[in-house]
Amino acid sequence: MADWQPLATVAQLQHRAQLLGRVRAFFAERQVVEVQTPVLAQHGVTEADVQSIRVDKYGYLQTSPEYQLKRLLAAGMPSCYQLGPAFRHGEQGRLHNPEFTMLEWYRLDFDHLQLMFEVADLVDKVLGAQPYQRLTYAELVGPVNSRPRDELDLAFADACASLSPGRFFITDYPADQAALARLNSDGTSAARFELVVDGVEIANGYWELTDVDEHRRRFDRDNATRQARGLPTMALDEAFLQALAAGLPNCAGVALGFDRLAMLAMGANNLSQALAFRGT
Amino acid sequence: MATYSTNEFRSGMKVMLDGDPCNILENEFVKPGKGQAFNRVKMRNLMNGRVWERTFKSGESIEAADVIDLDMEYLYSDGEFWHFMKTDDSYEQVAAGSAAVAECQNWLKEQDVYQVTLWNDDPIAVTPPNFVELEVTDTDPGLKGDTANGGTKPATLSTGATIKGVPLFINIGDVLKVDTRTGEYVSRAKT
Repeated sequence: MADWQPLATVAQLQHRAQLLGRVRAFFAERQVVEVQTPVLAQHGVTEADVQSIRVDKYGYLQTSPEYQLKRLLAAGMPSCYQLGPAFRHGEQGRLHNPEFTMLEWYRLDFDHLQLMFEVADLVDKVLGAQPYQRLTYAELVGPVNSRPRDELDLAFADACASLSPGRFFITDYPADQAALARLNSDGTSAARFELVVDGVEIANGYWELTDVDEHRRRFDRDNATRQARGLPTMALDEAFLQALAAGLPNCAGVALGFDRLAMLAMGANNLSQALAFRGT
Repeated sequence: MATYSTNEFRSGMKVMLDGDPCNILENEFVKPGKGQAFNRVKMRNLMNGRVWERTFKSGESIEAADVIDLDMEYLYSDGEFWHFMKTDDSYEQVAAGSAAVAECQNWLKEQDVYQVTLWNDDPIAVTPPNFVELEVTDTDPGLKGDTANGGTKPATLSTGATIKGVPLFINIGDVLKVDTRTGEYVSRAKT
């Protein structure tokens, strides 16, 4: 095959287009508004395990539309979604590409458990209906205790890959893996979930943290972790923090890897079979 | 000494692991969405042929191995070493021990060309071409006219190797084409 040819077949790309249409129809039916926020913006993320791609003189390619969608919600936007490109430095492989298509949506007055049901509805719409099982993080990875984070991450990756075939929601993440989820009432686990389909991580959702001071504390902790690992620290997105101070309404949100979902819909095992090209 | 980072790993790259040179076979990027990144790497230990699987943190570096594969002509064996000569008109020779020659002993014919793997200029492996042509030195007498019926027999080749699945019509002195990957008879060599 010549180098100029696309990775996916034309038929696969047409299939992908149908799936995009199905996703948009799903949200239109539920009156969830499609929005578009800049992919190139001034700030990147503080998270130590997610690296933003810097664009000289402009800022960063966004690793997710999270901060900007939450600014819209704080400004009065009803439940909304964005379906578009996101970028992560250094992530390349069978199930990764530095540029990928992310579907991220927020639901006002939902908690993470209600949102899990909606994620299942959407996935059923794209892949066909199937039962879902629920597991806690500790059930999947074993007792967390004082195991170092890298060991846990590797055990988690292996355990997710072994959840195949089938659809599994993972809940009750350790508090220090809450990211921007609020903590459950037990104070030791996060109101966060992930969906794994046939061994592939598909979606990650939170009952969103709204407390601005707690955001600052978590961002500062991320930057301390970055410093300890010799990574550049990231400036805080003050516009996002101001929006939180003005008031983020009670909501749950989730980010879903659309390319991976399309890959599974095609019965493929490599992202390339759902992509026109890999740009790098 | 040169090093390679996990994100430079490609299949065919030669690296040092636990003191042995290894050939990278596969490199899979593994990363939970909110977790650290790893590379799960499969590599063949070039000293013993075993396949190892190791997980590295992404960005970790390991030492490169000074390993090259050269086409060399087999000259002769003195009983302890097998002598090969470069094909670049330099007439340079290397002597490979039995650990390096290993199963390739079965397929060595003087003046034929083999791939010799050198680590720090020492031969560590000899790889035959996929097909070699060798003369039969011993086999049961051929059955005249039996060119079609299914029966087979073993035959001993000039290297001392015995192969199975040889058709009954093959005689001592015939030259056979053999698949070195399976050690199986392919055909009678065209002369």
